[in-house]
Amino acid sequence: MATPLTLKELSRKEELFTPGHRLCAGCGAPTVVKMVLLATDYPVIASNSTGCLEVSSCISEYTAWKIPWIHSAFENAAATISGVETMYRSLKKQGKISDEIKFVSFAGDGGTYDIGFQSLSGAMERGHDMTYICYDNGAYMNTGIQRSSATPFGADTTTCPVGSHIPGKLQQRKDMTKIIAQHGVPYVAQCSPSHWGDLMKKVRKAHEIKGPKFLNIIAPCNRGWRTQSDDAIKMAKLAVETCYWPLFEIENGVTKITQRPREKKPLIDFLKPQGRFKHMFAPENEWMLKAAQEHVDAYWERLEKEEACFAPPAPAAAEAPKVAD
Amino acid sequence: MSKKVGITGNEAIAQAMRIANPDVCGAYPITPATDIMQRFTSFVANCEVKTEMILTESEHSAMSACIGSSVAGGRVATASAAQGIALMWEMLFIASGLRLPIVMGVANRALSAPLNIHGDHSDGMGMRDCGWIHFYSENAQEGFDNMLMAFRIAEHMDIRLPVMVGLDGFITSHSIETMEYVDDETGRAFVGEFKAVNPLLDIKNPKSYGPLILTDMYMEYRKAHDNVMAKVPGVVLEVAAEFEKISGRKYGLFESYRLDDAEIALVVMSSAAGTTKDVIDTYRAKGVKVGLLKPRLYRPFPYEQMGEALKHCKAVAVLDRADCFGGSYGPLFADVSNALYHYAQRPIMINKIYGLGGRDYMPDQAEYTINELIQIAKDGKVKSIKEYIGVRE
Repeated sequence: MATPLTLKELSRKEELFTPGHRLCAGCGAPTVVKMVLLATDYPVIASNSTGCLEVSSCISEYTAWKIPWIHSAFENAAATISGVETMYRSLKKQGKISDEIKFVSFAGDGGTYDIGFQSLSGAMERGHDMTYICYDNGAYMNTGIQRSSATPFGADTTTCPVGSHIPGKLQQRKDMTKIIAQHGVPYVAQCSPSHWGDLMKKVRKAHEIKGPKFLNIIAPCNRGWRTQSDDAIKMAKLAVETCYWPLFEIENGVTKITQRPREKKPLIDFLKPQGRFKHMFAPENEWMLKAAQEHVDAYWERLEKEEACFAPPAPAAAEAPKVAD
Repeated sequence: MSKKVGITGNEAIAQAMRIANPDVCGAYPITPATDIMQRFTSFVANCEVKTEMILTESEHSAMSACIGSSVAGGRVATASAAQGIALMWEMLFIASGLRLPIVMGVANRALSAPLNIHGDHSDGMGMRDCGWIHFYSENAQEGFDNMLMAFRIAEHMDIRLPVMVGLDGFITSHSIETMEYVDDETGRAFVGEFKAVNPLLDIKNPKSYGPLILTDMYMEYRKAHDNVMAKVPGVVLEVAAEFEKISGRKYGLFESYRLDDAEIALVVMSSAAGTTKDVIDTYRAKGVKVGLLKPRLYRPFPYEQMGEALKHCKAVAVLDRADCFGGSYGPLFADVSNALYHYAQRPIMINKIYGLGGRDYMPDQAEYTINELIQIAKDGKVKSIKEYIGVRE
């Protein structure tokens, strides 16, 4: 029987991503990795794209990984694990291996939304039995906070710095979760470490579904977001509560919002504590706050409509109209 | 039973892959190597091999998938050429740096721009320093033989490095030639079973592959790679000796043709060597002591052995089917010159760049080069060290 997803039971499990790694204090990424690995009882093999997580977790002669792990390059975590998974199928078919193993990729938003997009798209289309996990911190944090296509509108980064003429990033984020859903894969979901039960349930669900799965997990970065170093979970929670980062899943084309905020907080609650959005609160940039809020509202509204499309019909409507003989 | 067949170079490579029976192939099509994987996927579709295919969306992903498969712990092969190899370039270093015995058949082709799909060695030379073992093949027979031997060399416990087997795009890849297979049973016994080293799929003994290694240890890893490279020629000869027993065909690090008593010599790789041998025979009949050296193992380059084989010549012409831009000489010329530099008495060297982008290499180009060598041997005068031949002025 699978370990129940309770703190009591989970706390007894061996941590497969160990302390001693060199990620920054307060980084969201290791929390995400720990949750992902704690969520399953299956043996897991992971690939990892070049990035914060990779450079900080395996510096020769040390490794934080108690699972088999491979890093090969930046843009190819998906292609790399697809190779591992294919060899597994080949050897299993030949009777040379019998273990039931799950395959995951860990990559940041740069390695997922941008440079690794093609490799990911290819692996999703080919149908490998794997779960790709993006820990999305919204910029190239490893190389020093450069913009990515996951960077939110308005953010101040080192390559879209706030200047006298340009007030930070002028483009909206790429909607990666839905883009992968459009590949027709059986399962995609957005998760947040602030809602650990939801996150772990989704990981567990992904492992039970055969084929390619994609989980997009927000992973606050206090260096890039310019927040306090103990704010990661608080910021992740605000991202969910403001609907900046809705928690939903799309299973076989059916959209479901998995955590609906009791009260949808204004986006400024998420933006205000972050230094990267400080300039947006200047009077001349009021339009930016408005544009950011509108984008979040439109996205949330659309998500609700998508969910409604698939919601079970209300009892009254369920009755089929009578057709005359 | 081995028998004579008429097949293309690409089919020869594909048949050698079929005999080696890889566990996984990751591939992406590119002219003129496409045919290799087309043929091979039909073996997969008809269950003639146990291979699982990964048909990726690019060569970068093809090599990445090969790396993942190889690390997982099984036999892996692929094929590519030209732009494909250029796109893989980053991953070629990673395949060798991780010490993965991946075997790649290459139909050597020119690089863009301008776009050209025909045979030359620019792609192979572009991956020259990627830490792979390189073989160049004169014809389909050598392509088949080198490909079979490549698995043994790559997977040798003292080596564990990726191997590239090249033959000339279109000229060899698409020409039908007579050649002889090694029969399946003998070939499979020769290649043997794959032995995994620290496979990633061993979940009971988790390993981390691809760590960050900084100033403290990086150089030691590079030195270790170089040390392994030094062992390659010995293993190549050992495997060749075993191969001779099953095939009757003899291979060295390079081929010497009428070279022992030669006063002048040409060094030329792959298909152009065949044409050159014919012309040499004509000159020999006239009493000109001319010979040929055809490199087979290009990386690691057998400097010492090649130096010994050529040192007695008065003049040597190295023919390059690729150029190094920037006023320097062709890559093969630079290597052969290096091999001879340490001798107090050494041949006068000239470099001809020929056959780029599939330009035909004709007997008159060999004659032109030999005539020039005869003159140099006589009076020691070199009009220019490097010259493009067979080119419109």
